[in-house]
Amino acid sequence: MQHPRYWINSNENGLYCEALDAYIDPINPVHRAIITHGHADHARPGHGEVYATPETMAIMRIRYGDNHAEKQIELNYSDNISLRNGSLMFKPAGHILGSAQAVIDHSDHRLILSGDYKRSHDPSCAAFEVTQCDVFVSEATFGLPVFKHPPINQEVNKLLASLALFPERCHLVGVYALGKCQRVILALRELGYHKPIYMHGALLKLCELYSSYGITLGDIIPVTEVENLKSLAGEIVLAPPSALNDRWSRKLPSVMTAMASGWMQIRARSKQRKAELPLIISDHCDWPELLQTLKQVNPQEVWVTHGREAALVHQAQLMGYQAKALSLIGRSDGDDDE
Amino acid sequence: MEAFAKLVDKLYFTSSNLAKSAILRDYLRTTPTPDKGWAIAAIAGTLNFDLFKRKLIKDLVSARVDPVLFDLSYDYVGEMSETVAHLWPTPSSKEDKKTSKQLPSLDELVNSFKHSNKQQVEEILVELLDRMTADQRWALIKLGTRGLRIGLSARLLKKVLAEYANELSQNSVTTEDIERVWHGVEPPYLDLFDWLEGKADKPDVSKKITFQPVMLAHPIGPHELTQINSQCWQAEWKYDGIRVQLVCNENGKALFSRTGDDISGSFPDLLENIDENNISGVFDGELLAMKEKQINSFNQLQQRLNKNKPSKKLMQEIPVGMMLYDALFIDGIDLRGQVLRQRVLTLTDWFKKQSIQPPLIKLLRLSEPLRFNNLRELHALRDQANTSNNGFIEGLMLKNSNSLYVAGRPKGQWYKWKRDAKLVDAVIMYAQRGHGKRSSFYSDYTFGCWQDDKLLPIGKAYSGFTDDELKQIDKWVRNNTIGRFGPVKEVKKELVFEVAFDSVHHSKRHKSGVALRFPRIHRIRWDKPASEADLLTTLILMVEE
Repeated sequence: MQHPRYWINSNENGLYCEALDAYIDPINPVHRAIITHGHADHARPGHGEVYATPETMAIMRIRYGDNHAEKQIELNYSDNISLRNGSLMFKPAGHILGSAQAVIDHSDHRLILSGDYKRSHDPSCAAFEVTQCDVFVSEATFGLPVFKHPPINQEVNKLLASLALFPERCHLVGVYALGKCQRVILALRELGYHKPIYMHGALLKLCELYSSYGITLGDIIPVTEVENLKSLAGEIVLAPPSALNDRWSRKLPSVMTAMASGWMQIRARSKQRKAELPLIISDHCDWPELLQTLKQVNPQEVWVTHGREAALVHQAQLMGYQAKALSLIGRSDGDDDE
Repeated sequence: MEAFAKLVDKLYFTSSNLAKSAILRDYLRTTPTPDKGWAIAAIAGTLNFDLFKRKLIKDLVSARVDPVLFDLSYDYVGEMSETVAHLWPTPSSKEDKKTSKQLPSLDELVNSFKHSNKQQVEEILVELLDRMTADQRWALIKLGTRGLRIGLSARLLKKVLAEYANELSQNSVTTEDIERVWHGVEPPYLDLFDWLEGKADKPDVSKKITFQPVMLAHPIGPHELTQINSQCWQAEWKYDGIRVQLVCNENGKALFSRTGDDISGSFPDLLENIDENNISGVFDGELLAMKEKQINSFNQLQQRLNKNKPSKKLMQEIPVGMMLYDALFIDGIDLRGQVLRQRVLTLTDWFKKQSIQPPLIKLLRLSEPLRFNNLRELHALRDQANTSNNGFIEGLMLKNSNSLYVAGRPKGQWYKWKRDAKLVDAVIMYAQRGHGKRSSFYSDYTFGCWQDDKLLPIGKAYSGFTDDELKQIDKWVRNNTIGRFGPVKEVKKELVFEVAFDSVHHSKRHKSGVALRFPRIHRIRWDKPASEADLLTTLILMVEE
């Protein structure tokens, strides 16, 4: 009973770690859950005990209320806690604010469940920390060699160029509320865009949370507070993707629809989203980053979850690792959410 | 090449036709000839290279990318040129040189492809792909794989060319004007642009053996049907073959498909019997399997389709003929400006004269107007089409007797009234991802009917459902997958489709022994248990002939 394959398995609730008697990012309410980050397909309400970073716990409270779990145990990065026969530690995953890799030690073996992660520049959260282990469980959302995400500045510059070219059009950018939204704002600020950024109401709370952790987003104005919507011509408005082609956006003047997502790299995907200005911005690893991470972590074994497992498993084997796909119930192919 | 890559990229992401037109006209204004002519050829699908083809690209990328990763990527992306554009490995040494050297112009590119052997074409491609961006690679590869598929139809292209001409010169050029010369001019369209830009007269194509765009019909609706009367409307059988155009004068003869492809090579037996020294004209009609003027089923004709050089044996077994519907020109006179009633008279007179010299046109027949006095009699004719089982009548055509011959699908002029579709309840067995705009959605379905307790596949369909239904089926497929064969997913045998189809035939190629004509998903029967889907024997009873 030493190798992780004896103490990790999956069932209808998700991935279960016997050594810690805990589920990792379970899809149903369970007695004990380890939550890697705050996105809704990983963090759900109604668990008995929740172990998460303080930031992730704060996100869960915003989304599900203060009583989202009976017991909420906050664990800072690199702190250790013993559970049943093993121990748990969090390391930054670089995905969004508070995102963590779950490092699990049991009987001289170490397994890292990386959750969602990325390696590219993101000032809105702590950078991914390479940690040695025996088994590395990797996501594969963009696990195909066609995915090569350009640097974020290049993409945000596309938005700024379009704004200069079409000063009469309101630039409506679809962003996921948690992570993508704040990252796009920071990139705009880094590139010297200091005008107010307008925002759909659904994005406000999480921006406030980021600000409370010292991440400065600059001047943000809710669209509801704008008296004359015509004045939004030539401005940047951020909204959740669902609002892009919704009634809400029809009141904006001469809209140019942009969408910030890693999927935008595939043309047909952008078209399906009806995005005129696709911005390839992802909070997941692209293919080269996945390979870079495997090389640096250099585990004995690679397990691959949600996404395009087959290609990454094949590639890991080509690189000389033992590798297998770990199919989890209830995780989509990640085709639409991030 | 840079400008062309930008053009196709912009066109791809633009949805409104107005905006597309503005983008294309802007490109035409700012791009010199012959580059702009090559670009138009690329968009129209008339640019063709002998050595730069899809297969070559596939070979080049196979030598550079792991085959498993390529297949998985292609399955996901759903388009060959984009898959290669992303997968092509950039040599690290050239990373910084990328921006320094300009890419060749379209004209330089076309010429170097034309004057190179296979080895050289390969070298040119590799050199270009190495230093291009992914977007540029996408545009380049699309040149060779033919058909850009960027949402700009042939019709819209000609409309934009007319708008471009009217912006520049005093002459007023209509889309129809361009349609009429289009098939007589060739890439890079120097004479066409000289005319559009007011520098020369309209190119003269009257003596050429060229295709003229055909007139098409709308499906008839219940409202339109009430307006049909015997005074102003002509009814004909809608024959089930392929629509063709026969062009013939002292300079030669040719047979074209409805989209303007020259298909003379596939039907030498028909053309052999047409004497171009005695017959001069452009005729619209239907190619049918026909022996001694006796028409045979579409199923027979099908064996003659897509064969570039049919064998003598095949031509003897399944000879073809042509049913004449209409005439665009006869003896050098353009009839398109005359009304149908008049054209039919002219055609009938001409046909009678020709029939006196039988050897010349053994294989032509004239589609005769059907008699009807009122709507009741018209319905009776449709019932006749519905119950006929000869395999070559697929409904009725209703044509306004006062209609001019207009290219495209003008409103209110010609209608088709097809036979009722046949229906069968079948169970979805396999699904595959779609291509193009359906990339990533599971949109191609194989379905089957029961034989004893086993399902046998009877056909495939990828149309007939709405976008919302597609999303629902896609989700169902993902949640009910039980196996995978490469890109094909096997699903639980639980969901029933009501499949509509035009007809069913015996087929040796399929395990079930039948093949459906134009199957499409008619309804999704979420409510129906799979065990209640139809039996294969039910389908076999519906076979015609």
